Amino acid sequence: MLHVSNLSVARGGITLLCGVGFALNAGQILVLRGANGLGKTSLLRCIAGLQNPVEGQITAPETVAYSGHADGLKGQMTVLENLAFWSSVYHGPSPEVALDAYDLHALADRPAANLSAGQKRRLGLARMQVSGCALWVMDEPTVSLDADNVALFRAALDRHVQSGGAAVITTHIDLAIASARLLDLTRFKARGLMGSTAFEEALE
Amino acid sequence: MNNRSIAPTFWDRFWRLANPKVFMGWSGRALPWVAAAAGLFLCSGLIWGYFFTPDDIRQGSTVKIIYLHVPAALMAINGYLLMFVGALVWLIRRQHVSVLAAKAAAPVGMVMTLIALATGAIWGQPMWGTYWVWDPRLTSFLILFLFYVGYIALWAAIEDEDTAADLTSVLAIVGAVFAMLSRYAVFFWNQGLHQGTTVTMADGAQQDNISNVFFQPLLLSMMGFGLLFLTLLLIGTRTEVRSRRLKVLQARERME
Amino acid sequence: MIQLFLRDVGLSVRSGGGFGLALIFFLIVVTLIPFALGPDQTALAVIAPGVLWLGALLACLLSLDRIFGLDFEDGTLDLLATSPLPPEAVYIAKAAAHWLTTGLPLALAAPVLGMLLNLDFETGKILCLSLLLGTPALSLIGAFGASLTLGVKRGGLLLSLLVLPLYVPSLIFGAQAVRLAGQGLAYDGALVLLSAISLGAAAILPFASGAALRINLR
Repeated sequence: MLHVSNLSVARGGITLLCGVGFALNAGQILVLRGANGLGKTSLLRCIAGLQNPVEGQITAPETVAYSGHADGLKGQMTVLENLAFWSSVYHGPSPEVALDAYDLHALADRPAANLSAGQKRRLGLARMQVSGCALWVMDEPTVSLDADNVALFRAALDRHVQSGGAAVITTHIDLAIASARLLDLTRFKARGLMGSTAFEEALE
Repeated sequence: MNNRSIAPTFWDRFWRLANPKVFMGWSGRALPWVAAAAGLFLCSGLIWGYFFTPDDIRQGSTVKIIYLHVPAALMAINGYLLMFVGALVWLIRRQHVSVLAAKAAAPVGMVMTLIALATGAIWGQPMWGTYWVWDPRLTSFLILFLFYVGYIALWAAIEDEDTAADLTSVLAIVGAVFAMLSRYAVFFWNQGLHQGTTVTMADGAQQDNISNVFFQPLLLSMMGFGLLFLTLLLIGTRTEVRSRRLKVLQARERME
Repeated sequence: MIQLFLRDVGLSVRSGGGFGLALIFFLIVVTLIPFALGPDQTALAVIAPGVLWLGALLACLLSLDRIFGLDFEDGTLDLLATSPLPPEAVYIAKAAAHWLTTGLPLALAAPVLGMLLNLDFETGKILCLSLLLGTPALSLIGAFGASLTLGVKRGGLLLSLLVLPLYVPSLIFGAQAVRLAGQGLAYDGALVLLSAISLGAAAILPFASGAALRINLR
């Protein structure tokens, strides 16, 4: 489903990662580890199609479900309205499934602005369910979630993967997902290739 | 093994000239010559025009400001044309030198627009009695001035160099379309209300162009302005290339 | 795309959405004019078409940075960019929502405010028509400007600087149409040209804005 080869990723003109390569099939979970500032977020944004890599190939499905650092919620809309909107944009399943998965029924009619940080995160993760996308690309999904909610997330992830989906996740903490492959990105850190941009190459 | 010729085509050689390093080479060599030629044409054109042509019957000696006004106006439009072409080349081929040339052309074009406006106002004052009228031609140049300012402001507002190049190029292209649209709109706006009241600059210039006496120095002056524009453009583009290189070196230094 | 359009319209109407601010601003500007220029009725009637057009145009400017800015800040724009919706569709939906919540109310309110400036009813109808035809261009051009200045902090002033020169053709034809109508002259030429600008903007600006959005989200 997802195939990455010889990928170089940059941010702000500085190449952060170099030569990244991996393959992900349906039913697999890949967890990317690495220190802050390594370029995990930039790598995920490349996979999600938000930015172009400096070099290399990405083969990914047409649309992916992306979850970044920000929650991407509209405060004035209720939980249900937020999910219904994304469901219709992605032509995905109805919000009911997502409400079940993250135990949000009680909060369904509450405006998103009135949620706690953890509840907002749950809503953000619930959005992945209504997208109906096979590939989930998630940047530090469990930030601000307590242990119970992390368990909910793990369960949802398992269900997704068992029904043929796949997920790429970056995280600082150990998510204790038994079936996940681990890839430490530190060995792809770009060394000595600082700021190699097209402009520079043209000057050489 | 195919028999395709490996000699560079004309276009390959052409684009090679736009490589930053190659550009710095040939522009550096060409610059003194272009600058000298500009000085020569400008001086000869302006001196001949001001001191060695008779005064006009109707307008007296103020008509001689035409030697500044017409070339400046031409260059003002030329500047935007260059920005448009540079923007297009950048968006299609990502040639850094062309977008930096566009960036360098903007302030030059803007100043030319100001000169055209100022000289237009000075020229018109004896005829109209005031320094400014909303004559279609002058108004078009005022709007062109605003387009230049917007382009320069956008360049300045964005930190990342490549993003700035991309966004300003999109602006330049959309702006070009609207600038041409504005020109027609402004004529409609003025002519629509006052049919043929104002004797526009064009009429004044047209009649003077007929007599050779005025035309030849004007030609020299236009050549001079054109070469001046080219000189300033080359200097400006070289500065931008150097400035960009400096930023890259500074960024490298920060990483170490 | 319809969903995004409806969502944006809904959001702007809810509390904190800023709906109605443009109308209030329009009212204030029109009220200030007689203070600045004196209450002479005939003089006001003469300048009324231009003032009303200008007021509507400036009122449009107010909410432009919200078009993409709000979604950019809370991460929704990233999500829209990774969704099946292409950036061009996002632009069109948002520009349309801006028109419905800003341009359209301004166009309908203009003849009413025209009465403050001694604008007669017949001319007021043409004013409304010209604004209905011209404000789509204002929303489209404004949204294009917003897509360019998306990443610029406090970019409101820069946005105005970029967008106002682009507004000039619409302003010229729109105000001219109303003036001609007021004088009893033929105004359809101006209205046709005004509509042409709106249609032309709708044809080319989605691609320019789509490109700008992609660039800014990199």
